[in-house]
Amino acid sequence: MSAGLAASGKQALSRPAHRSAGRLAIFIRRLRRNGAGLAGGIVVLLVFAAALCAPAISPYPPNALDFAAYLSAPAFAHPFGTDEQGRDVLSRVIFGGQVSLRVGFIAVSIAMAAGVALGLIAGYYEGWTGTFIMRWMDVMLAFPSILLALAIVAVLGSGITPLMVAVGIASIPQFTRVAQSSVLSTKEADYVQAARVVGCAPVQILIRHILPNIFAPITVLATTGVAAAIITGAALSFLGLGAQPPTPEWGSMLSNGRVYMEKAPWMMVFPGLAIMVTVMSINLFGDGLRDALDPRLK
Amino acid sequence: MGAYILRRLLATLPILLGVSVLVFGILHAVPGDLVRLIAVRESAAITPEQEARIRHQLGLDRPLAVQYAGFVGRAAVGDLGRSFYTNRPVTTSVLEQYPATLELAGAALLFAVVVGGGLGLMAAVRHNTWIDNAAMIFSLGGLSIPIFWSGLLLIYLFAVRLRWVPIVGGLGWKALVLPAVALGYDAAAFIARMVRSSVLEVLRREYVLIAHAKGLSERTVIFRHVLKAAMIPIITLIGLHAGRLLGGTVVVETVFARQGIGRLAVDAVLYKDYFLVQGVVMLAALTYVLLNLVIDVSYAWFDPRIHYQ
Repeated sequence: MSAGLAASGKQALSRPAHRSAGRLAIFIRRLRRNGAGLAGGIVVLLVFAAALCAPAISPYPPNALDFAAYLSAPAFAHPFGTDEQGRDVLSRVIFGGQVSLRVGFIAVSIAMAAGVALGLIAGYYEGWTGTFIMRWMDVMLAFPSILLALAIVAVLGSGITPLMVAVGIASIPQFTRVAQSSVLSTKEADYVQAARVVGCAPVQILIRHILPNIFAPITVLATTGVAAAIITGAALSFLGLGAQPPTPEWGSMLSNGRVYMEKAPWMMVFPGLAIMVTVMSINLFGDGLRDALDPRLK
Repeated sequence: MGAYILRRLLATLPILLGVSVLVFGILHAVPGDLVRLIAVRESAAITPEQEARIRHQLGLDRPLAVQYAGFVGRAAVGDLGRSFYTNRPVTTSVLEQYPATLELAGAALLFAVVVGGGLGLMAAVRHNTWIDNAAMIFSLGGLSIPIFWSGLLLIYLFAVRLRWVPIVGGLGWKALVLPAVALGYDAAAFIARMVRSSVLEVLRREYVLIAHAKGLSERTVIFRHVLKAAMIPIITLIGLHAGRLLGGTVVVETVFARQGIGRLAVDAVLYKDYFLVQGVVMLAALTYVLLNLVIDVSYAWFDPRIHYQ
């Protein structure tokens, strides 16, 4: 009898508490009301689309050399000018988006997966395990994040993959902290207690009942995290520790443009502009997302 | 107060211990064998006997726990080994470059507090006017422009075009202005936003209305009552940003070709000079931890309600 009750209780608890379709409609309505957030979202989508369709829309291949047209100022044939090897800056900026966005998204995916898992564990098992995890996060936060990423690059070597891993690892503590504090405030809720009473395993409680409720703050953090990761990734490439030539990447293009600043300022203007527009749009979209997902977080 | 500072100092010990484990780990996480790496760099073929000797010299033939204890013991007396390249003590190299970095970070912080704080205050006092809008546009720029790009733009405008300051290098305040502005812009943007919202919130409180009602001048109300109360969140932010400024020097020192531990760190990573990497990372973490301690203690000065519990 009691086993039957427990089974039906589990079944009832495994159903989503709210109708997701209704929540999605409210979310979209709120987001549409936020002009800046919406504009940010549209620009982010455009940057994404440009990066995805780079081979189709860029006027030249990114590494096509044309020594006859080296350091040409912006003109009809080359709207963003050319670099010291005659490569088209516009095409390189478009292709560069592929690398920078990939670094941003993969680094944040690494940080989110590891950070949320650690945060869930630290929040749910408050004792020794939780303290141990959170103290380690404090230690990681004792390093300025770019320096931590730099130290990890020192170990892994330069290149795009080590760059993504380094930026990802350096961003773990923020996700762990947010996830842990969200778990702490959620785990005493009635529905979590009820799940525990009917005998749900801790893993099931964490994944099915607690994780959906920390979705809002984590999504907001992930969005702004992508912007921060793009900047850190570009900074490390600028320093010569990330993407290596001839890969088109915004940070390394800026580093190259620095050398030709007097003769060809366009080489450093356009890649920088691309980073700024992308980062600003992601941040505006992140703000809009925060307000739409949970107005209390405002 | 003394007891509080002591307690707070003791609380940083586990963090410092963790930092030492991470820094020690850098050397041991390097893929491949350190001795082989040194040999490859020197492009010298070494005999097994020489390899064993170097391994023994570096203490790499001992158990990991013993190596760690040795590392902490030596670090405690300021011995972080010698640079693979220059063979100079790491501590000497790092401490030589440290003042230049502190000078840059300090100037950037000063710029951020004066410009960011001033703009934020003006934006709040002249809420919803063009001053407010201009301050917020300034702040949006600071939040989105990467340091290395703002640095390059400043060099292009003020050094290449206007020729007001030297392009790179140079001495004195002229050489410090552009790097400090580039480094401090994003902190100034954050501080402007925070000062604006803190002051706006305090301006609505009753005691401010009473101060106005008593006939105090606006200047007195703002400086004596509003600013002091709005200071706590601002100090927290300054503390957070002081650490970020330290990290930012890594980029700014390279952009402006300045000396400092940031540039030393980049060079050390590029040349795989692992002891030097350890030294810089250790010093940066130490500075950051101490800075947070100072910030915590300074809260009470601004808010007498905090009683060092």
